Amino acid sequence: MTTFAGLSQTDLYALAGAALFVIGLYGLITRPHLLHKVLALNISSGGVFLVLVGIARRVPGPVPDPLPHAMVLTGIVVTVSSTAFALALAKSIYTETGHAVLEPDDLEETGEVSRG
Amino acid sequence: MPRVTPMSPAPVRIAAAAICGGFGVLLARALLALPEDEAGLAPLIETNLEASGVKHPITAVLLNFRGYDTMLEIAVLVLATIGVLSLTVARPGTWAPVAEQADPVLSALARFLAPIMLVVAGYLLWAGEHAPGGAFQAGSVIGAAGVLLSLSGYARPVWVTRFALRAVIAGGFVAFLGVAIGVMSAGGALLEYPAGSAKTLIVLVETLLTISIGAILVSLFIASASPAEELRRRMEENR
Amino acid sequence: MAEWVTTHLPALVILVPLTAAPLAFLLGGTLARPIALLSALLSQPLALALAFTVSAEGGVRYEIGGWGGPLGIDLVADGLAATLILVATVVGLGVTVYAWGYFADRERYRYFWPLWLFLWASLYALFLSGDLFNLYVCLELVSMAAVALVGLSLRRDALLAAMRYMLAAILGSLFYLLGVALVYAAFGSIDIATVREAVRADVTGQAAFALMTVGLMLKTALFPLHFWLPPAHSNAPSPVSAVLSALVVKGSFYILVRMWVDVADPSFVPGSAALLGVLGASAIVWGSVQAMRQERLKMLVAYSTVAQIGYLFLLFPLVAGGGAAAADAWVGGMFHAASHALAKAAMFLAAGTVLARFGHDRIAGLGGLSRRAPVTAMAFALAGVTMMGLPPSGGFVAKWQMIRAALESGAWWWAVVVVAGGLLAAVYIFRVVALFLGREGAEGEDADVDAGRSPATMEWATLALALAALALGVLGQPLVELIGVGAPALVAGVGP
Repeated sequence: MTTFAGLSQTDLYALAGAALFVIGLYGLITRPHLLHKVLALNISSGGVFLVLVGIARRVPGPVPDPLPHAMVLTGIVVTVSSTAFALALAKSIYTETGHAVLEPDDLEETGEVSRG
Repeated sequence: MPRVTPMSPAPVRIAAAAICGGFGVLLARALLALPEDEAGLAPLIETNLEASGVKHPITAVLLNFRGYDTMLEIAVLVLATIGVLSLTVARPGTWAPVAEQADPVLSALARFLAPIMLVVAGYLLWAGEHAPGGAFQAGSVIGAAGVLLSLSGYARPVWVTRFALRAVIAGGFVAFLGVAIGVMSAGGALLEYPAGSAKTLIVLVETLLTISIGAILVSLFIASASPAEELRRRMEENR
Repeated sequence: MAEWVTTHLPALVILVPLTAAPLAFLLGGTLARPIALLSALLSQPLALALAFTVSAEGGVRYEIGGWGGPLGIDLVADGLAATLILVATVVGLGVTVYAWGYFADRERYRYFWPLWLFLWASLYALFLSGDLFNLYVCLELVSMAAVALVGLSLRRDALLAAMRYMLAAILGSLFYLLGVALVYAAFGSIDIATVREAVRADVTGQAAFALMTVGLMLKTALFPLHFWLPPAHSNAPSPVSAVLSALVVKGSFYILVRMWVDVADPSFVPGSAALLGVLGASAIVWGSVQAMRQERLKMLVAYSTVAQIGYLFLLFPLVAGGGAAAADAWVGGMFHAASHALAKAAMFLAAGTVLARFGHDRIAGLGGLSRRAPVTAMAFALAGVTMMGLPPSGGFVAKWQMIRAALESGAWWWAVVVVAGGLLAAVYIFRVVALFLGREGAEGEDADVDAGRSPATMEWATLALALAALALGVLGQPLVELIGVGAPALVAGVGP
């Protein structure tokens, strides 16, 4: 198995996945724009899927473990569904309030403007 | 007017970075401690592959061993579509074309590409039995073809009524559910394909799912997109 | 036929609403309501039959696809699952009958019915699932349906609340899924029965449990992760609020109980039981204090949910020691889940009737409600009895069991929390009930706007749920026994 700096392929994938998960989490917390928040969650879910792909690689032999792959495929469809709905929701909020943020009233007060 | 996308204030960002960083370190530590020799369920899946009716292990997991997960996952997709439709229930204009009549080149290109995309979808569906592919990949290509057509100014054909559209959206899930329940009359459990007919039933379910998923993806796009005229009006307002 | 139904009972419980949901979507406005009612009526005997079968046989296992775990997915019903299914079935019927009258504008609310049926089916699927990844899919189904239902009115505040809820729900699911991935990596299976045998407290296992717990705490809205709940539950249409507070938060709580009491025990991660208990106690205090300060009835009821969720989490420290105390706590905790579900549904439905009739739910403007809408006011007050934990209600039995468990295990401070929580609830509920019984039109102009009587079915469905919560206290013995059937070893009442 190929290694890099003493890390196996599984470790590399898993660590990259953990990094993506955390980056998405940071984006979700710090970005007020709803589009950013939805994208941040997508980055996080990509991280989780990468961890699963890494886990699938631990099986000895050339064929990876199919179960985590099946979980990733199911997870992708679920993520696509929730992303589609979240985006439609964000758009309705924009249409209704003129802003794509969770607290449009605060924006009006500070005079900052965010247009979707 | 310049548009400002506000960021969280610096203290929030620093606190978030500290929390996320600390959490990331803990997560990495847990991941590096994974046992290396855990074979999981791969051997069990391998042993039962023969009985599953398909040759590709991932397809076997998705449509046979854990077919119930896949059935519920289609339910999630249908549910999201109903959710998106519920957000547009007050806007009857939703069904107008999402783009103005495009220029002739784009329009002709879309006409040319759409049938090819359908053929590709058919291939992906067929390949899923023994290689990467399957209903979702195929359905996505059909969905992409639909999005391309609607962006090129093609409106929904009149013969696709709202009821027909609902029928296609729910159809894949209903068919899956029908097969899952139908096999119970043959004496098995829910989703227990009778010996020998697993492959036929899986192909049937996958084919109907492909069409349904394609329709769902197009509907998600069109229903949440603004009609072209509304978009243009808003762009002018913002100018 | 009868034999066929018995064989497939767990699957049929899920399949009835799961089939009705797409049909209600397909056939649309006029037929959706009868389909939903038919499904609700069919669910009653099925859920009862499941409870009887579980009692008689000590538990039920159903192998979907005929594979059996860990290769396939099993449906598993023990006393806990059967209890929650019964509760969901009764609350579901009440809400369906209520919603029949509430959503009179069929075209605008046409999507309520398929969404609600999907939510109902997903809750059944969740309570019956014997597989950690399948639970993830169920959680997503529940969340997606719940969020869509919150935004149904398309009002600005409802949309914002739905969005906040959606983001919290997705994040919660991701934490949970990451935990499931680690469980598979560490123990080689995601089938709950197999994981139970393989589980060991190493770094990966503990991290997996911690991740799943954080995700589920977010979804259950345990203090301090409750920020999304009050806006979502108060801005949703009232039948939806009822389902969210009564059932949806219990879905993710149920998985937490499976993990920390059934699959492993709280000693798996040292300090976890105490932490969950302290957060629960904080939720009781914080939620109650916030409830006292609310000016809108639905916000008050929503904050009351934040407080009542706190009681559920006292379960973990109380069962941690095992023995008789754990058995008492088990019954108390689950009885609380059941009686809170019935009472809270009644409260939100009552608030919904108030909103529908008077066009507002400002508490100050609701003086004299007991004369203008006697059935609704009565239902609210009776539900309040359960919420405060006064005898003879189900809430009393629940709190009594918890206090007993606390004293038996020598951890008297949890008993103090339970008693204090009841007193705090009394403060915010008496404030409202006293107003209902008081003089009319305390606020003036708004009190005169009365859209007339709401459909009687709405009011009586509300009262029926409130009475059911009360009846649990007197007639709850069968439920107490059901909760104990096939209970996890930790809480089976055998000394450690």
